[in-house]
Amino acid sequence: MATVIHRELQAAGWRFWGPLLAIGAVIAAGFAAFVHMETQGHWVTGMDNQIVWGLPHVFAVFLIVAASGALNVASVASVFGRVAYKPLAPLSALAAIALLAGGLAILVADLGRPDRLVVAMTHFNFKSIFALNMFLYNGFFALVAVYLWFMMERRMNAWSGAAGLAAFVWRIVLTTGTGSIFGFLAAREAYDSALLGPAFVVYSLAYGTAAFLVVLDLSWRWAGRAAHAETLARIGRLLAIFTAASLYMTAAFHLAKLYVTRSHGVEDFLLASGGVYPVLFWLGQVGLGGALPLALLYSRRTGGTRAGVIGAAVLVILGGLAQMYVTIIGAQAWSQPIFPGWQEQSSFFDGEVHPYAPSGWELLLGLGGVALAAALIATGLKALPLLPDEPCTASSSPQPTSPPARPR
Amino acid sequence: MPRLQARARLGPGEAVSDPERRGFLATAAAALAGVVIAPGIRLIEIAGARAPEEAASARVRWGMLIDTAKCASGCTECVKACNEENGLHGAGRPRTDAQWIRKIDLKDPRTGRQHSAPVMCQHCAEPPCVDVCPTGASFKRADGIVLVDKHTCIGCRYCVMACPYKARSFIHENLSEQKPAVPRGKGTVEGCTLCVHKVDRGDGTTACAQACKAAGHEAIVFGDLNDPQSAVSRRLREIPSIHLRADLRLDTGVRYSGI
Repeated sequence: MATVIHRELQAAGWRFWGPLLAIGAVIAAGFAAFVHMETQGHWVTGMDNQIVWGLPHVFAVFLIVAASGALNVASVASVFGRVAYKPLAPLSALAAIALLAGGLAILVADLGRPDRLVVAMTHFNFKSIFALNMFLYNGFFALVAVYLWFMMERRMNAWSGAAGLAAFVWRIVLTTGTGSIFGFLAAREAYDSALLGPAFVVYSLAYGTAAFLVVLDLSWRWAGRAAHAETLARIGRLLAIFTAASLYMTAAFHLAKLYVTRSHGVEDFLLASGGVYPVLFWLGQVGLGGALPLALLYSRRTGGTRAGVIGAAVLVILGGLAQMYVTIIGAQAWSQPIFPGWQEQSSFFDGEVHPYAPSGWELLLGLGGVALAAALIATGLKALPLLPDEPCTASSSPQPTSPPARPR
Repeated sequence: MPRLQARARLGPGEAVSDPERRGFLATAAAALAGVVIAPGIRLIEIAGARAPEEAASARVRWGMLIDTAKCASGCTECVKACNEENGLHGAGRPRTDAQWIRKIDLKDPRTGRQHSAPVMCQHCAEPPCVDVCPTGASFKRADGIVLVDKHTCIGCRYCVMACPYKARSFIHENLSEQKPAVPRGKGTVEGCTLCVHKVDRGDGTTACAQACKAAGHEAIVFGDLNDPQSAVSRRLREIPSIHLRADLRLDTGVRYSGI
C-alpha cells in the first residue's frame, strides 16, 4: 500500500471561520445555560428531587460512551491489523478525545458545585464507580494522546501498535465502568443488573462508529473533498455488525429482567405502559436506532452509498440518545418501592410515576457539550495533519461499492 | 520567729514561699474544679453525650424504632418539628423542596388495611450513599449516623440515585435563614442527620421523636441500639420489627413495627 499523506484542514476564510463561529455560538449558549443554572440553582431545570439526572446526563453519557467507540477505527487498524483503516486512525483518536471532553464538560457543568472540581480530583472514595471513572477518563485522555503522538511521529511509529492495544483495553474497562454507574444501583429496579456494563461496551461500539462516520463525512466536506464511498461502506459494514450486536444486548438485558417476577412492573412501564419511554424505546432505540439503520446498511440500493451509510450513522446516534433517555430518565421516573407490596402515597411523591419535562437550559447545556467536541475536532483538524489525502480522492472510487451480504 | 524574720528579708514584689499556704490553695482549687466540672462530667455521663473533643464511638449505635400502630394518619408533627429544628423552609416548589422526613400513607391493595409511617434516612450500617459518593462527602460516623460533609459534596447526586429510601434531597436554590448548627448549601445534597447536633450536646432525643411524644403518640423511640437497657432496645425486644427493604441487607438503624 502506498504511503498515505495526511494534511491539515485546508479550508480558510469564511469557509473555515463560518462553521467555527456557528460552533462557537452553540458553545456560548451552552455556557450561558450553565451560568444560569449555577447562579439560580437547579430549580430552573426540569430536574427535581425525583428525577435528579436529566437531559444533560443523556447527552453527557452518550458522548462518553461514543468517545470510547470512536476509537474503534483506530483499534481495528492497530489491534486487529486491518491496514485499510490505518489512514483514518489519527482522526479516530482525535474524535475519541474530543467526544470524551465534550461529555465530561457537560457532567461538570451540571454539578451542584462545579467550583469544587478540585475537590473531586483530590478526594477519592475508591469504592465509588464515579471515583474510579475519573481515573479511567483521565487515563483514556492520556493513553489516546500518546497513541496519537506515536502514530503521527515517525520515530515512534513502531510503538503505536502497543499504544493502540493499551488504549483498546482501557476503553473496554472505561465503558464497563460507565455502564456500571447504573448497573450497580441496586435501589433502582430498572438497573440492578451486571449486564449493563457489557451492554454499554456493545452500545459504545455502535454509537462511536456512527459518531466517527459523521465526523469523517463532515471533515471531508469541510475540506472540500468528495466522499470516499468505499471507505464509508467499509466502516458501514462495521456499523451494521455493532448495531445488530446492540439490539442483541438490548434484548438480552430486557429478557433477563422479564424473567424475574419482581421486575415485571418496571419492564411493563419502560416497554409498554410508560408513555414517552416505550415510544422512545421501540420507535427510537429499536426502530430508528436499530432496525432502520440495519435495513439501510444491508439494502442493495443504499448499503454502499454515502447517503445510506451516513443516514444509518445519524439514525444510530438518534437511537443512542433515545436509549440513554430511557435508561437514565425512564429508570428514575419509575417510583422506588420502599414498602414493597403496599400502595404508597406521600408529599414526596412516593408511589407515583415521576414526570419530567426537560428545560431549554438543559438542552442548551447538552448541545454545548456536543459543540465543544466539534470545536476540539475542528481545532485538531486545522492544527494537525490528520485528514488522509490518499483514499479520499473522488477518482479512487467514484462508484458506490456493493452493500454487505444480507444476513440469512 | 523564724518565719517573720524570713518575711522581713523579702524585698518589695517578692512572693512568699509558703508550703502550707500552697497546699491549701491547691486543695481549694481542686475542690472548686470538682464543684464546677464534676456535674458537667456527670451530666455528660447521664445523657450519654460526649465531650466536644471526643470522637464518636462505635460503642454506641444510634437508631430508632417507629411503631406504625401508634403513628396517627394525618398527623405531621414529626415533619413540622424536623423542618423547624433544621431550618428547612421550602421555596413553595414541592418537587424541588428538600424533605428530610415525610409521612407515607400505606394501603394494602388486597385487604384495604391502612398504615401511616414517617420515613427518613435509615442510617444504614452499609449505606449505599456512602459507597457511591466519589469524594467521600457521604460518610458514616462510628456511632452509625450517616451524614454529608458540606465542604466536599460536589452535588453529583449519585447518592440520591443510590438511596433506596428516597431519603436525600438536592438543594435547588439559594438558601437563607439557616440554623447555625445545621449547615446547608445550594448545590449540595442533604438528608436527616438524626439531629446529630442534639445528640452530640446530650439531648438524648431527636426533634421528631420529641414532637411525636409531645403529640401523645410516642410512635418514634430514639436511643442507643447497642445499649440493652435503652428504651429503644427494650421496645425492640418486646415487639416484632423490620428493616425497610430488608432484601438489600443494609442493616438500617431505623426499624419499623406494625407492618
